[in-house]
Amino acid sequence: MTKAEIVQSLYAKVGGFSRKESADMVDLVFEMMKETLGRGEKIKVSGFGNFVLRDKRQRPGRNPQTGDPIKISERRVLTFKASQILKQTLNPREDEMPQANAGAAPIAIAQGS
Amino acid sequence: MTKSELIDALATRSDLTKARAELVVNCVFDSMTDALQKGEGIEIRGFGSFTVRPYKAYSGRNPRTGEPVPVPPKRLPFFKVGKDLKEIVNSSRHLAITGGDDSDD
Repeated sequence: MTKAEIVQSLYAKVGGFSRKESADMVDLVFEMMKETLGRGEKIKVSGFGNFVLRDKRQRPGRNPQTGDPIKISERRVLTFKASQILKQTLNPREDEMPQANAGAAPIAIAQGS
Repeated sequence: MTKSELIDALATRSDLTKARAELVVNCVFDSMTDALQKGEGIEIRGFGSFTVRPYKAYSGRNPRTGEPVPVPPKRLPFFKVGKDLKEIVNSSRHLAITGGDDSDD
């Protein structure tokens, strides 16, 4: 899936936006997330996951090509922690499958919207 | 920043009502969830990419009792930070990290 497909799904599912407006809106969502992370602020998207920032100290490493020891400088990194809901959506339990319409709420919502 | 703060920020920036901004934000993450559920990767240039990685079954342990527990095979989403965002994040090192703890919802 690319950003263009997210735009298409916004255009198709949420009425009232032109294609251009849909594209601008999706761009803006990712742009704002980048700005937020660029201010050192974490993002928690309930039902999806958390974008977490971590400061790493300098540590020794090796050039994987030559094996030469090098210093890995201190840095700030971004990691993604998937929410339990997203993990469950990717791993539906077999005993829940028959009642997917009633029981497996996240899946039912995702398909129904 | 939480999802509802992202919705508020989008409403302000794009002159949408909060209700409309909420539809937009939910649609973005719902589409992404649908793609991952189908085992499809997602690529957002400048931001990063999501892939679904399969993990084999293994025998784990209950950390409290030490009893072996079979862990079934599973699929987990994996995020690779894009080059652009990686640099943006690293250049914010002089700022304190904010946004609360890392707890799940």
